[in-house]
Amino acid sequence: MSNDIYMEFILENYRNPKNYGVMDNPTVKKSGANPLCGDDITIYLKIENGKIQDIRFTGKGCAISQASASILTEMVKGKDLEYVKSLGENDLLSALGIELSPARLKCALLSYKVLKDALSGF
Amino acid sequence: MDVNKIREDFPILKRKINGKRAVYLDSTATSQKPRAVIDAIVNYYENFNANVHRGIYRLSEEATDLYEKSRENIGRFIGARSDSIVFVRNTTEALNLISYSYGRFLNEGDEILTTIMEHHSNIVPWQFLGRKGVKLVFTDINEDGTLNIDDFINKIGKRTKIVTVTHVSNVLGTINDVRELSKIAHDHGAIFIVDGAQSVPHMPVDVEKIGADFLAFSGHKMLGPMGIGVLYGKRDLLESMDPFMGGGEMISEVHTYGSTWADVPLKFEAGTPNVEGAVGLSAAVDYLRSIGMEEVRNHEKGLVSYSLERLGEINEINIYGPRDPEKRGGVISFNFRNIRSERISEHLRKEGIMIHPHDVATILDMDSVMVRSGHHCAQPLMERLNIPASSRASFYIYNDRDDVDSLFDALKKVRGVLKI
Ligand SMILES: Cc1ncc(COP(=O)(O)O)c(C=O)c1O
Repeated sequence: MSNDIYMEFILENYRNPKNYGVMDNPTVKKSGANPLCGDDITIYLKIENGKIQDIRFTGKGCAISQASASILTEMVKGKDLEYVKSLGENDLLSALGIELSPARLKCALLSYKVLKDALSGF
Repeated sequence: MDVNKIREDFPILKRKINGKRAVYLDSTATSQKPRAVIDAIVNYYENFNANVHRGIYRLSEEATDLYEKSRENIGRFIGARSDSIVFVRNTTEALNLISYSYGRFLNEGDEILTTIMEHHSNIVPWQFLGRKGVKLVFTDINEDGTLNIDDFINKIGKRTKIVTVTHVSNVLGTINDVRELSKIAHDHGAIFIVDGAQSVPHMPVDVEKIGADFLAFSGHKMLGPMGIGVLYGKRDLLESMDPFMGGGEMISEVHTYGSTWADVPLKFEAGTPNVEGAVGLSAAVDYLRSIGMEEVRNHEKGLVSYSLERLGEINEINIYGPRDPEKRGGVISFNFRNIRSERISEHLRKEGIMIHPHDVATILDMDSVMVRSGHHCAQPLMERLNIPASSRASFYIYNDRDDVDSLFDALKKVRGVLKI
């Protein structure tokens, strides 16, 4: 775990987020916000044959919340629902690879919460 | 005003953070405490501690005397008699007390007029009265962050029973012309409440001059300890109101099935009070008085002018609130907006991104520059400004131009750290 929360991997995902943008006709669309920070994220999913065929997100927020959303979408794209549902918070946090203060943890986990919420009916 | 000498009085400011001088720019949230306040609290516990208004013995009498002298001293600071000073925990509790105890006089269809720049503590307690059909009405602001007086005049009417306004906005820094608003409120038969959380610590405030029926403020924002605050109220209003909480201290007589109340202000002080807090706040008032509130105000005005100038040098920084230091307290909220760096992906560049205040605060903290980031307990105002959050720097007597320069230097690094 790095204590430089603005290391290149995070910044790259912040400045050039993967899977960013709106999706037409998603299977599910879910939004969530972190009112304390004013972060918000919307996740769009295309689910077919028990798989996440495609995923996109839009949102605004700090570098950590945006980078985390980008990294999460890469982790789950094309993966089986079973696998995605088995992912825990720590899987995302270790993928981020940075040491986070409690306040920043909320930023990092916003996209995870929204994704779990989106998948709750599947 | 000799800031270096003042800084000597604040033990915490000697602390180094990450090996650097601490640049504390969050006095709007809470102020630091001078040695005199810390000593007054220690002295109270070492020499005078006993429960007040109860004991017949010497120590209790002395503690009671200290508590009541503190009330008198704090009252004098705002031009009020001690019997109109109610000790509470903070501004929030003071406003809740009014909402609860005075709110009983309001009926369905009555209106409370406030402003869009209020702290949540001057919004939520009034929303409680919505349950009985009392309507909350918000006055808008002008583009420069000052209050829209035309809108205020349009919205006040014969249904308006309470007008409640912040003296100084904790986000925009706007100083409201409370004297004028008080006249308009009284012309319409409404009572006038002032949230003084950001004015009493920073400028001369006299309850008579500003025409306040109630004034609420917090000790911890004016060099005093946490957990002590003040509700000033006109004596006849306080007398007409029922107690806020019941218990010891606030009664005259208690019988099995009924009780009578103590006189104002004790009627509103149920239970063992925060004597330490009152004594500490009284010491804080003495300290501020020794500097002079005009001096405090002028010092902050100077710092605000200087920071408006310096922050103005950074193109992508957007500052909220009035540009005229005469109309602004020692508060500056800002955002990095519309960043269209080549380094960000095209779809983000099109909209222009805002660097989130949390990232700004984190990066400033690397240089031990402490600012606030978030919605500052003023979400309706954030919505009105159409921003999710902002960064905020605020000043007090221990800040100087070096602090503003440190802020400026750290802000210049933000885009570099994010490589944006
Ligand atoms: C304008 C204003 N009103 C009320 C409050 C609430 O003060 P407290 O938390 O001490 O009750 C604050 C504190 O931030 C404030 O700035």
